Amino acid sequence: MAATQAGKRGRTGRFAPYALVLPGWVWLALFFVAPIASVVSMSLMTGSLGAGYSFTFEVGNYTRALGLYWEQILRSLLYGGLATLLCIAIGYPVAYWIAFKGGAYKTTYLLLVLLPFFVSFVLRTISWGFILSDNGVILGALKGLGVLPADFGVLNSATAVVFGLAYNFLPFMVLPIYAVLERMDHRVVEAAHDLYAGRVQAFVRVVLPMSLPGVFAGVIMVFIPTSADYVTATVLGGTGNTMIGKVIQTQYLVNNAYPLAAAITFVLMAVLLIGIFSYAKALGTEQVMEVQAR
Amino acid sequence: MLGLSTMTAAGLALSACGVEGQGGESATAEGFWDGKESNGRLTFANWPLYMDPDKPELKAFTEETGIKVDYDEAIQDNPSFFGKIQPMLAQSEPIGYDLMVLTNGIELNKLMELNYLAPLDHAKLPNFAEHAADIYKNTSYDPGNRYTIPYASGITGIAYNPEYVDREITSIKDLWDTAFKDKVGMFADPQELANFGLFYNGVKPADSTERDWIDAADALQEQRDKGLVRRYYSQDYIQPLSNGDIWMSMAWSGDIFQQNAEQGTNLQFVVPEEGATLWSDNMMIPFTAKNPVDALMLMDFFYDPEIAAGLTEYINYITPVPKSREVLRDKAAKASGEDKEWLERVIDSPLVYPTDEDYEKLHNYVPITSNNEEKFAPLFLSVSQS
Amino acid sequence: MTTATETGRTPGGAAAERSARRRGGERRRPDWGKYFTWAVLCWLFAPIVFMVVFSFNDIKGRHNVTWEGFTLRWYSDAFAYPDLNVALLNTITIAVLTMLIAGFLGTLLGLALGRYRFFGQSATNLVMFSAISAPEVVLGASLLSMFLTMNIAVGYWTILIAHVMFSVSFVAITVRARVLTMDPSVEEAARDLGATPLATFRLVTLPLLVPAITSGGLIAFALSVDDYIITSFVSGSTQTFPLWIWGATRVGIPPQVNVMGTLIFGIGVLLAAGNMVLARRRSR
Repeated sequence: MAATQAGKRGRTGRFAPYALVLPGWVWLALFFVAPIASVVSMSLMTGSLGAGYSFTFEVGNYTRALGLYWEQILRSLLYGGLATLLCIAIGYPVAYWIAFKGGAYKTTYLLLVLLPFFVSFVLRTISWGFILSDNGVILGALKGLGVLPADFGVLNSATAVVFGLAYNFLPFMVLPIYAVLERMDHRVVEAAHDLYAGRVQAFVRVVLPMSLPGVFAGVIMVFIPTSADYVTATVLGGTGNTMIGKVIQTQYLVNNAYPLAAAITFVLMAVLLIGIFSYAKALGTEQVMEVQAR
Repeated sequence: MLGLSTMTAAGLALSACGVEGQGGESATAEGFWDGKESNGRLTFANWPLYMDPDKPELKAFTEETGIKVDYDEAIQDNPSFFGKIQPMLAQSEPIGYDLMVLTNGIELNKLMELNYLAPLDHAKLPNFAEHAADIYKNTSYDPGNRYTIPYASGITGIAYNPEYVDREITSIKDLWDTAFKDKVGMFADPQELANFGLFYNGVKPADSTERDWIDAADALQEQRDKGLVRRYYSQDYIQPLSNGDIWMSMAWSGDIFQQNAEQGTNLQFVVPEEGATLWSDNMMIPFTAKNPVDALMLMDFFYDPEIAAGLTEYINYITPVPKSREVLRDKAAKASGEDKEWLERVIDSPLVYPTDEDYEKLHNYVPITSNNEEKFAPLFLSVSQS
Repeated sequence: MTTATETGRTPGGAAAERSARRRGGERRRPDWGKYFTWAVLCWLFAPIVFMVVFSFNDIKGRHNVTWEGFTLRWYSDAFAYPDLNVALLNTITIAVLTMLIAGFLGTLLGLALGRYRFFGQSATNLVMFSAISAPEVVLGASLLSMFLTMNIAVGYWTILIAHVMFSVSFVAITVRARVLTMDPSVEEAARDLGATPLATFRLVTLPLLVPAITSGGLIAFALSVDDYIITSFVSGSTQTFPLWIWGATRVGIPPQVNVMGTLIFGIGVLLAAGNMVLARRRSR
């Protein structure tokens, strides 16, 4: 299949492709590549809001950024990683069940998974804050029944943050896994069932390896936004749960410490992008993007 | 990785630009007001719930002067409002508002330092001269009220919920008491947080030195390390305090008054014995305002005791016009039922009209400018944001 | 969205069903997968239920968190906050413009990437991949840095620019995926019948691409409506729906926000249901 597709794509056109991509190129160059470049340049400036900032190749911004905020960076990667694992643990069985057992209602189930996301991300997160309150609808009721001790709390903790992140990004895991499972040739699965007697064996030897591209795409789609998110941690987190995104936001919009903020931004971007590029290189960018496209 | 190096190269090319200085030119009062006249309208940016939704005071103003007022609840907090208007002011562009209200603090200091505010013409502020209490004239952050006059003031103190706290809270030390583990709320704002750390160490914020700041940050870090602080709140502490997520918190006086009055809660507000801070939300005119004369007239109008009384009745924060209390007393004498009850509640509340004893315990903020901010803010941000 | 429309047509589901039934020895065993899926769905819908229920809450004060009785008055008074209305209007107009601009640019990109080989193709893929995977806070911060450096005032138009930037790649890959799977013989047939390249494109290619362009556009719309982080960096004094909600947390979110959230959710449910009915009909 791949060969014939490549053949189709090989059509020649001297100017047509450039005419087509030019507007998109210009937009991405002006508003994606150039801004990234200006973060780099800004991160090497010195000055103050009043006097202005000038480019002095001040590498000190980076040492300060790392010295002050390494903890938040690591924490963000940790929370993002945990949320990603949680998304796999929750999203894979759901995608699997819908794809193989959903029957005629597959589409309905998938839509049910997506429907909550018609409600604003900010609003959903804030709602969680109210629901998880110490004496709120859930904990209050359970405490009333004596199931939980009176001083039990979830809100403002790392647990609340990680679950909140997983909640907000779950569809990005379910969709790519579902897309791969759904396109799987069911005869192969049946053959596997015949070949390896146990369901577990058939799953581990055949279905799981074939669905891995979906998982890989899901990991990218979940890990990056969760580790850079700060809304969830701001609403559901407490003391010691601040994530690096919040620091960047504060330094830019509250303290106007632009060079330091730019340095932190670049560090975060570098950490994430280098990780992702090596990850995508190992798996093939095209493949990951194709799964995303479905 | 080719992409990255291209970007870096492009970045270096861009770097020649730099970011221009953001300051404007300093103006004198005479120079600024020369040739400026009333245009019959103005736009007013204020905080949510800072005026009766029916805007009776603005209607009265329009009736008296013929000037129309567009009222916009555009300000949610100082830093983000500053962040929004700063780029426009830096380019000497109008920000869409002729009158705005900001709290004394880093942002206000920056606005003054960068010459973003219109110098006030006190000849046109007769009500202010006559009716403002002395403590609101000649404030430490704006000597001689060159740029600002207060709209309303409040106290940052301690609030606690007696449903959960079974003893009387009187001291800042109580916020460090491990009996309240994970049940204490502190403010995320570096200045507010710093003040409490300084009071804990027995230092007055206005006189504090860099050494004091470091000690204060250490004390706050210790409080954090003991696991006392549930969260560092921006402004949304009232709800958790009412429903028991936290038992005591740094708090603003008017919030507590309103919550008790509206929701029937019994939150207690204390001015701790070590001291507390008095802050003001100040009215000011951006130097690019299109209708500065109208804005100035409205500023003065708010100092008419009748008008100040009306505002106070709704806002429940401290008014800079003491005479308004008499007006409210007269009104209460004529009123009956619920209205009377409410008015008396306002008149008698030490949260709206603090006692002299309380006033003595109130202090000013640490004077922060963009010069020492770098030494100050990170100390406290590293407590609240790590 | 693509997945949703296309799955209705695949025959795999029925086959799986049959094979599952045929497999002996597992008759009537509890379907744990189903329970698990439903449990996850309950989790996903919990805050939505909370939001909808509390849009009917008859509160007296400012805080809408404890149940105080049933009322419909917030629905009749849904537009009581002029600022909130402006914010919602901004959100919608920006989303529509984003959908149109990103839809147009993305379709062209997708066409070129799917159909041709050209110099800079892999670089384009790389940039698009980075734009999709770059974290929002980085995109927002970078744009703000550039606008500051260039002395560009932020506001409505910078929000639009940002939204088009982050959604154009999603449209492009959706369209590209469709172009790649399109049967070239249809176009060849058109050409053989004497259609000019332009006519072929207009009468054959474009209609075939419409589903992909639509879903790409809808993705752009959805991303734009929901975006908070990037918008907060480049919004200046312009308010959008998510920004307004965020600001309102400070003083208590009015029930009108729940009302609007509920209405938007209702529209989503209708759209989804309509989409499903259409997919059913098409698959027949």
